[in-house]
Amino acid sequence: MTSPIAMTRAVATVVPGVVRAELRRLLRWPVLWLLSGTWMVLNLTFAYLFPYLTYRNESEPAGPRSGAGPLERLLPDQVPVAVVEGMPMFGGALVLILAALAVGSGYGWGTWKSVFTAGPRRATALAGTFAALAVVLTALVAATFVVDLAASTAIALAEDRAIVAPGGLATAKGLAAALLISGMWAAAGTLLGALTRAPALAVGLGLVWSLVVENLLRGVAGLLGPLKTVAEVLPGTVAGSLAAAVGAPPFSDPNGTPGVNTVWAGGPATLLTVTYLVAFSLATVTLVARRDLAS
Amino acid sequence: MPEHVVTTQALTRRYGERVAVDGVSLTVRRGEIYGFLGPNGAGKTTTLRMLLGLIRPTSGRATVLGGPPGSPEVLRRVGSLVETPGFYPYLSGRENLRVLARYRGLDDRAVEAALYQVDLTSRARDRYRSYSLGMRQRLGVAAALLGQPDLLILDEPTNGLDPAGMADMRDLIRSLAAVGQTVLLSSHLLGEVEQVCDRVGVIAGGRLLVEGAVAELRGSRNLVLRVDPLSAAVPVARRLLGAAQVSVQDDQLRVAADPACAPDLVRALVAAQVDVHEVRPVDRSLEEVFFAVTASPEKSGPTTTPELAEKG
Repeated sequence: MTSPIAMTRAVATVVPGVVRAELRRLLRWPVLWLLSGTWMVLNLTFAYLFPYLTYRNESEPAGPRSGAGPLERLLPDQVPVAVVEGMPMFGGALVLILAALAVGSGYGWGTWKSVFTAGPRRATALAGTFAALAVVLTALVAATFVVDLAASTAIALAEDRAIVAPGGLATAKGLAAALLISGMWAAAGTLLGALTRAPALAVGLGLVWSLVVENLLRGVAGLLGPLKTVAEVLPGTVAGSLAAAVGAPPFSDPNGTPGVNTVWAGGPATLLTVTYLVAFSLATVTLVARRDLAS
Repeated sequence: MPEHVVTTQALTRRYGERVAVDGVSLTVRRGEIYGFLGPNGAGKTTTLRMLLGLIRPTSGRATVLGGPPGSPEVLRRVGSLVETPGFYPYLSGRENLRVLARYRGLDDRAVEAALYQVDLTSRARDRYRSYSLGMRQRLGVAAALLGQPDLLILDEPTNGLDPAGMADMRDLIRSLAAVGQTVLLSSHLLGEVEQVCDRVGVIAGGRLLVEGAVAELRGSRNLVLRVDPLSAAVPVARRLLGAAQVSVQDDQLRVAADPACAPDLVRALVAAQVDVHEVRPVDRSLEEVFFAVTASPEKSGPTTTPELAEKG
C-alpha cells in the first residue's frame, strides 16, 4: 500500500499540476476577460463616474450632514469601501456567471470527460478549478483596488483635496470582504454549473436567484413573519451585511448602495458567508464525484 | 505483469428498466489490438465508460491494468477517446493538449510527440473551434496518446475521417501495438476491425455474443459455385450437405463446407443436369460472422450457420 510520505509527495506533485492546468485554460478564456472588463467598467461607472457627475451637478445641500459626504466617498481613503460595495449585487452576479460557465461549459464541451480520465481524482480536479478561480478572484479584487485608487486620486486632484491613503486595516478588511463575497457567489456558480450540466441554464437560474428571487423574498419578508427569517439568511442578505460591516452605506440610507444591508453585524455576516462558500463548494465536489458522466 | 490488461465479469449497467450492458465478460490481453464490435446502441460506449470509471456498473466487476477502473493509478496508464473528443473550443490544439498534459503530470515534449504522431503539428496553433471533424478526431487520439500509456481505449477512432485519414489511423493503431501498447478499439465498421484487430468481441443488445481471435471466428472456408439453373442446384446441394449449410447469395450457390467436398458436390450437380461454370473456395468475412451472431443473440459461442450469413 502507499505510504503516507509517498501519498503526500503524490499530492504535492499532482495538485499544482491540476491548478496550473485550470489556470491555463481559464486565463486564455475570452469570457473571463469579458466578465472582468465588465466588472471594472461597472465598478468605475457606479462607484466613481455617476456619483462624481451627480456631485458636480448638485449645489451643496443645506443643513448638517452625517457621515461621509458625496465627495468624501470618492476620495482615496474610501477605496476599500468602493471595492466591496458593488460585490453583493452586480459583482457577485458577474462572478456567479463566470463560475457557472467555467463548470457548466465543461459538460457540453466534453472537457470534464477528458479531465476525469486524465488521472487526478474528480475531487482533486475540482479543487484545481476552485484554486484557479480563487487566484482569478484575488487578482480581480487587487486590480479593482488599484484602478479605484487611481480613479479616486484623480478626483482628489481635480477637486483639490488632500490625498490620504486608506488605512492598512481598513484595506485588509475591505479586500478580504470583497474576496469572501465574490468567493461565495463563485462557489454558488460552480454548484449551479454542476447541477444543471448546462452553462446557459446555470447562468439563467443563478441570475434569477441572486437578482430577482432574493430581492422579492426580502421585499415580502415584512408582510409574512416566517419569511423574514428566511430572507435574513439568504446568501445575498449575508453578503450585503458583510459589505456594510466594512463601511458600505446600506440601501436604506439616502444614497445607499443596492444590496447592502445591516441585518447582521460583521462577525456573524463573515461566519455565514464562509459557511455558504464552504457548503456550496462541498456540495459541488460531492455531486460531481458521485455522479456518472454519461454524456 | 499480468497477462490480462482488461477483464470484466458479468459487467452490467441498467438505466431503469433498460439494460444497456448485460453481463459482459471480456478479456483484453497484453499487447493485442482488441476490437469491440457492435451496431450503434449495442452498449459499446457504455462498457468503455465503465472501464474508465466515468459511469458505475449496476453489477459485475471490471479490472483494468490490475486495478479498479477510474482509480488515479490506473487512469495514469490509460489513454482514451470516448465518443466525441472533449476540448476547449477557444484554445488551440496544442494548448488543449498542454492543459491535459498538466493534468497528467507530463511536460510539453509529450504534447509535441503526440501532435506529430497524428500529423497535426502544422495545424497545432489553430483554435480547436476551427478544426474539421477529422482533425478534431485526430486531436482526440493525440490526447489519448499523451505519455505513451500502456492501454489505449479508443471509441470509434476513425469517426469523421476521410478514407486516407482512416488508413493513416489504422497504420497508427498497428504501430502502437507493435511497440507494445495494448489497444481496445470499438467500432461498428467490420472491415476496419478485420484489418486491424487481433481479437474481437461482438456485442449486440448489451450482450457479448462472441469473443475470439479474428481468424478463429471466421472459422472454416466456404465454397461458392456459379451454376445454371440455380433453382435446380439448391435442392441437390441441400440433399447432399444439409439444408443449413446451403444458401444463395448474389445469384451464386454458397456452401458452408470443407472445400474437399467439391468433387462430390460437382458430380451430384452434373448428374442432376445442372451446369457448373465455376467453383471456388472463399473465406468467411467477419461481416458474415457478425451478421450470423447478431441475428441469433441467444447463441453464445462461435457459430457456423451460413444461412444467416446473408447480408441484412
